[in-house]
Amino acid sequence: MTTAQEHGGDVRLTGISKTYGSFTAVHPLDLTVPQGSFFALLGASGCGKTTTLRMIAGLEEPSSGTVRLGEQDVTALPPYKRPVNTVFQSYALFPHLDIFENVAFGLRRRGIKSVKKQVGEMLDLVQLGEQARKKPHQLSGGQQQRVAVARALINHPKVLLLDEPLGALDLKLRRQMQLELKRIQTEVGITFVHVTHDQEEAMTMADTVAVMNGGRVEQQGAPADLYENPGTTFVANFLGTSNFIEAEVAEVSGEDVFLKAGGGKLTLPKARCTASVSAGGTVLVGVRPEKISLTHADDAGAIPDGRNRITGRIADSSFIGVSTQYVVDSPVCDAFEVYAQNIERDTRLAPGAEVVLHWNPAHTFGLDADQDVEAGVEKVEEDA
Amino acid sequence: MSTLTEAAPPEADEPPARPPRKRGRLVPYWLLLPGILWLLVFFALPLVYQASTSVQTGSLEEGYKVTWHFATYWDALGDYWPQFLRSVLYAGAATILCLLLGYPLAYLIAFRAGRWRNLILVLVIAPFFTSFLIRTLAWKTILADGGPVVGALNNLHLLDVTNWLGATDGDRVLATPLAVVCGLTYNFLPFMILPLYTSLERIDGRLHEAAGDLYARPSTTFRKVTFPLSMPGVVSGTLLTFIPAAGDYVNADLLGSTDTRMVGNVIQTQFLRILDYPTAAALSFILMAAILLMVTFYIRKAGTEDLV
Repeated sequence: MTTAQEHGGDVRLTGISKTYGSFTAVHPLDLTVPQGSFFALLGASGCGKTTTLRMIAGLEEPSSGTVRLGEQDVTALPPYKRPVNTVFQSYALFPHLDIFENVAFGLRRRGIKSVKKQVGEMLDLVQLGEQARKKPHQLSGGQQQRVAVARALINHPKVLLLDEPLGALDLKLRRQMQLELKRIQTEVGITFVHVTHDQEEAMTMADTVAVMNGGRVEQQGAPADLYENPGTTFVANFLGTSNFIEAEVAEVSGEDVFLKAGGGKLTLPKARCTASVSAGGTVLVGVRPEKISLTHADDAGAIPDGRNRITGRIADSSFIGVSTQYVVDSPVCDAFEVYAQNIERDTRLAPGAEVVLHWNPAHTFGLDADQDVEAGVEKVEEDA
Repeated sequence: MSTLTEAAPPEADEPPARPPRKRGRLVPYWLLLPGILWLLVFFALPLVYQASTSVQTGSLEEGYKVTWHFATYWDALGDYWPQFLRSVLYAGAATILCLLLGYPLAYLIAFRAGRWRNLILVLVIAPFFTSFLIRTLAWKTILADGGPVVGALNNLHLLDVTNWLGATDGDRVLATPLAVVCGLTYNFLPFMILPLYTSLERIDGRLHEAAGDLYARPSTTFRKVTFPLSMPGVVSGTLLTFIPAAGDYVNADLLGSTDTRMVGNVIQTQFLRILDYPTAAALSFILMAAILLMVTFYIRKAGTEDLV
């Protein structure tokens, strides 16, 4: 009974795809969302994440493949027959109904007569008990957002779909709502499928993140796992920031891969390399900016052996408060990013200074060199 | 923080901010002036003139004088109440028919027409390119005895129904109440469709999705979401149809008979043939008051101010 309960509510997408004319929004993909998990579909706009969500909701008909909720194939069911509810991007609250009636809408449609107690409890859960008789336009964005969540949750759906639910909120409120949503999810134990383009939001809230790009799932896993072991340059750049060095494989021995880059030597644990390596081939070596230590060239002798080293010159530095972010020009990679915690600040580390970058080889990851190093780098001009 | 707020006031007190404001205050009134003048000349003055006419007595030969003869109102109402009743009835029937015909079309244009939307909208107003009279005369041919409409109604045995309702007379459609209502419906249909379309088109399509997502089947979505949100359009559409239809006389004149005379026909005859100006003016005011009363009641009932 318990196992049936545990897996009876999985969302299973099999070979699901969506094409509009000659444009393919979603390439055939398989995805399983375990019951009770907080699952995030992460990607830039136009990557097919919302389309995927809408296919689960039944608002979009898949061009191929099936959608299953537990044992039930719901592919052919219209949205009003699916045990799934959605929190829409702009909330889509009914403007002619008050908050109480908005929340009661789903219950009433299913013919439940006495809704008062349930609606009251649900409004209390989202801390809106006082606002029950107000119209949606009288509430703030954050309150409307909570109404949208309450209106969906009250139906105890098997899956709650959230389509960029925090997109319209300002940063502070968004942080607060992230925690709130996470709390609600833990409390009610319903499967949440959350669509977002905000990597921080996805990593904060979700148990499992699926990174989508160009209508495909690039990689899927726990947030920390995706961050530490990105499988593609897109994932490495989209989740946080990564530095890449194109290196030649010198030797593969035991657990390690030894590489040559510029004049230096680098070590990469074989287990952290997703590309197939053989001596003479090339591989993209990646390392996160916060894993790197920066030492002035004069003190290079004090760097312990066994660490990966690269030399360079500081091109730029900016003081952020908790950390200082450096951009370092190096022969193997221009614009190497380094984030240094402000524990002991070395005043010599100013633009123009010759430095040695070094890090623990265990923090190195290797990717197939046959891909765009810039993939997934967020374009700034969109926001400007 | 406190030093900041203390430092701020001198800046706000700078004198140059004042003079332009005084001039700006009058601008709205200047902008209103053309409209107010227009209303005065073409609405208020004629209204006052007609009001005075309605309480005058006399004759064409001796001239009319204001004698505050309010009995004209009672006499007019006593003589012509059947025409009043008929006006309300015909205009009401035409309004309901317009709503029944117009709503599906407006819905189609707003949600389903896609790239045909503008074309259909043009088609809706295309009849206005021809004269109102010509189009109404055309209906004379359409509804003529032995014509296609009469034949079709006869074959479908609908004439029996309309005969029983008193809307048609034997196997005639022309010169019956049905013909007048048809004419009114046809002529005022665009005034129903356009406001309906405007309010339907404003409805966020995601609300339909949200309703569907919350277990409302399409018919329920229409009843609980689409229709309530289109109420502003329903109210303005019915008003734009009912008010002119109640005062119309062309349709009753061209498509009806002496038995289908509406209050508009009476006013027209009194003014232009019998030349009994006081009665005509009194009738106009009674019609105006009646419509105002009905509209007020209707708007109260429909309660549109609650809608966003």
